[in-house]
Amino acid sequence: MSNQLEPIKDPGLPEHVYRKSDTDPKAADRAERQVAAMFGISALGTVLLVVSYVFIPDDIFIFIPIMGNQNAHQLGLGLGMAISLFFIGLGAIHWAKTLMPDHEVVMQRHEFRSPDEDRKDFVDTVKEGAANSGLGRRSLIKRSLGAALGLSAISPILLLRDLGPLPGPEQKMTNWKSGTYLVTDPGDRRIKASDLEVGSVAQVMPEFANPKDRHLDDIAKDALLLIRLRPSEFNLEPDRLAMTHEGIIAFSKICSHMGCAVALYEQTTKHLLCPCHQSTFDVTRAAKVIFGPAARPLPQLDITVDNEGYLIARKPFSEPVGPSFWGREK
Amino acid sequence: MTVEAKLGQVANYVDERTGAAAFLKKSLKKVFPDHWSFLLGEVALYSFVILLLSGTFLTFWFDPSMREVVYEGDYQPLDGVKMSAAYASALHISFEVRGGLLMRQIHHWAALIFMAAIVSHLLRVFFTGAFRKPREGNWIIGIGLLTLGIVEGFLGYSLPDDLLSGTGIRIAEAIIQALPVVGSYLSYFAFGGVFPGELFIPRIYIVHVLLLPGAFLALITVHLMLVWYQKHTQYPGPGRTEKNVVGYPLMPMYMAKAGGFFFIVFGVTAFLGAVASINPIWLYGPYNPGQISAGSQPDWYMGWLDGLVRMAPPIETYFFGYTISWNILIPGLIIPGILFTGMALYPFIESWITGDKREHHLLDRPRNAPNRTALGAMSLTFMLVTLINGGNDLIATHFDLSINQIMWGTRIGVLVLPPLAFIITKRLCLSLQRADRDLVLHGRETGRLLLMPNGEFVEVHEPISPEKAYILTSHEQLPALDLPEVDARGVKRAGTLKNKLRSRLSRANAEAIPKVSADDLKQIENH
Repeated sequence: MSNQLEPIKDPGLPEHVYRKSDTDPKAADRAERQVAAMFGISALGTVLLVVSYVFIPDDIFIFIPIMGNQNAHQLGLGLGMAISLFFIGLGAIHWAKTLMPDHEVVMQRHEFRSPDEDRKDFVDTVKEGAANSGLGRRSLIKRSLGAALGLSAISPILLLRDLGPLPGPEQKMTNWKSGTYLVTDPGDRRIKASDLEVGSVAQVMPEFANPKDRHLDDIAKDALLLIRLRPSEFNLEPDRLAMTHEGIIAFSKICSHMGCAVALYEQTTKHLLCPCHQSTFDVTRAAKVIFGPAARPLPQLDITVDNEGYLIARKPFSEPVGPSFWGREK
Repeated sequence: MTVEAKLGQVANYVDERTGAAAFLKKSLKKVFPDHWSFLLGEVALYSFVILLLSGTFLTFWFDPSMREVVYEGDYQPLDGVKMSAAYASALHISFEVRGGLLMRQIHHWAALIFMAAIVSHLLRVFFTGAFRKPREGNWIIGIGLLTLGIVEGFLGYSLPDDLLSGTGIRIAEAIIQALPVVGSYLSYFAFGGVFPGELFIPRIYIVHVLLLPGAFLALITVHLMLVWYQKHTQYPGPGRTEKNVVGYPLMPMYMAKAGGFFFIVFGVTAFLGAVASINPIWLYGPYNPGQISAGSQPDWYMGWLDGLVRMAPPIETYFFGYTISWNILIPGLIIPGILFTGMALYPFIESWITGDKREHHLLDRPRNAPNRTALGAMSLTFMLVTLINGGNDLIATHFDLSINQIMWGTRIGVLVLPPLAFIITKRLCLSLQRADRDLVLHGRETGRLLLMPNGEFVEVHEPISPEKAYILTSHEQLPALDLPEVDARGVKRAGTLKNKLRSRLSRANAEAIPKVSADDLKQIENH
């Protein structure tokens, strides 16, 4: 619809309103002083920054209402920088708004579409170029070039092959073997059943001959939670009950959803909660998922004690720990 | 020699070698329309510059290595603790480099502001229809920048290798692993073996400081060149047409304002960095896969994604012994994929529905495009509900609610509330159109009551200014597409179902309160 059909005609640009500084030289001078004052404040900000950098030691704390104790060095640097930058901006904008001409200007838009003649010339040029190259006629060149270009894409992909090894059996294994001792983390001391009170929870690791050899890669799979309940509180299948020892039950601490550490244990409800996505596992029912996005229970480790009463793993985990992946059950 | 003469010599030197004067004389007079909402994109641009500056500062000390070191720095609580060199150097920047903590905080704040500015700018462009022809390409570049921004931000806050960021990487690894068939391979390639390995931080470092900033620079350059070449859109108003652009010239008004605004954005960011602590990594401790801090939260622009993952139903399927984790794939990849693809294609979808293939340089008032505005409100509601669930643990502890209540509330809310928002917003838009119509026909309510001789009370209405009346009536109201199911010879068209869908959508899209016409005004005059 064109503008002629509009019910109300375009009244055109509103008349220009002159600012005080346009008409009154005193107001203009005042604006100039204001702008200069802002630039001056900015300079003071820089001085504050330099003084804070050089003279204020970084271990002095000052109390500021609402914000509490603040590091004076840090605060001086930051405020100095903020003031020096902010007031340059404020001054520039005030300058623009009060002293620079503010007549609105009308500019015409141009049509993006090229004139028909140019478009035709362009098409002709492309056609001529294509014809001269002979791509259309010489199909052997076209096909072999296509094949060569396609094949050359293999090299960058191939060269990235060594980014990492192919997934191997270690993906599904942990350091828990038959007879591995459970040790405290931190501390690396072996644990007796009696070390754990009823109702308590502990994080343990498999024993390493040299604890220094335990890296994050190991912890990411081995972290284990021990929880001790009264045996009567369990609601387990007999085979699962047999995997506990005197009310001590052991689960992988690595969430079966996305691998966070399932660190929150609620003693009254006997629920384990993952802080990342709130998957909730019921300890009394072999870490069955009772809420949240996790689809599988936490894997349970079969534990027992050795002759001296120290807790050991009877068997390795019967399934991979941590989040799911495509070939997990293969 | 006077200063002027010296400058003249320099200009002459440059122009004789480049011929820049011809281009610059035009450019310096280029007109930019003025409106506060046009500043949102500027904030994004300036935050990007701040990110480059503060980020460069941080690289001078940051050691992107996962090599294990024992901390011996100024921060006593972590003295003697084993940690990665990356984390130790982030602590060094925070505690021993003067201004280091300030720069870290400025960098992090600038990242949050960058993303907030991009999202606000996107909303402005969406709700005013600025993405329409000829700016569809620039819209897609914008969506690309938004996507890159999310990735770049995530990589950035993963670099310090503290307990919180390591947990974020762990979750990212789980998403990679969940990909059918190739998941384990991609994860092994990304991490150089099992998680966490010792290669990931150095790898994402170079992506964070070189690869993605390079991509940003290229895309931002094209984005701005297109704005420059196509000229900025403007809001409708007296004297403004599809054929002109009304505003202030680049030199000096726009330069001073935009340049000044850069310093204001930088100043505000520095102020936040000075007084508002952000990501205090020393409190979290070094990353250890066996530990976690309660209340783990990603940065806000990832919150919706985390909220989606949290509310996902616990579904995994197994076939022939292979596992598909729908509980990760649906919220982590499928829904975001649909959202971002839909967003990128929206300009084309809308023009398909309206059949409008013309150029548009005048912006829409959101109420005059009720369907689009309602769709925007619907998407925002979806994002908001998922974002709320992304903070369900914090909301639960702050407001004494149970996580289960919030989770179920948002699970239901994410399905029910967005359509509701659509309906309500559309009705609101139509009501506002009705109000506009009344305003033009009957004028503004003055609040003055008159007692008529017959005892009747009437309120005095005052006609609105011609400028205002023009703004309220100058928009177009396109009729719905007329797509007959049979062609002129009575033969059924191909793709009837598609046509049916298109005409239904077009009808819904064209729903509007008829704006005041010339006839209406005549009638009023005779009244």
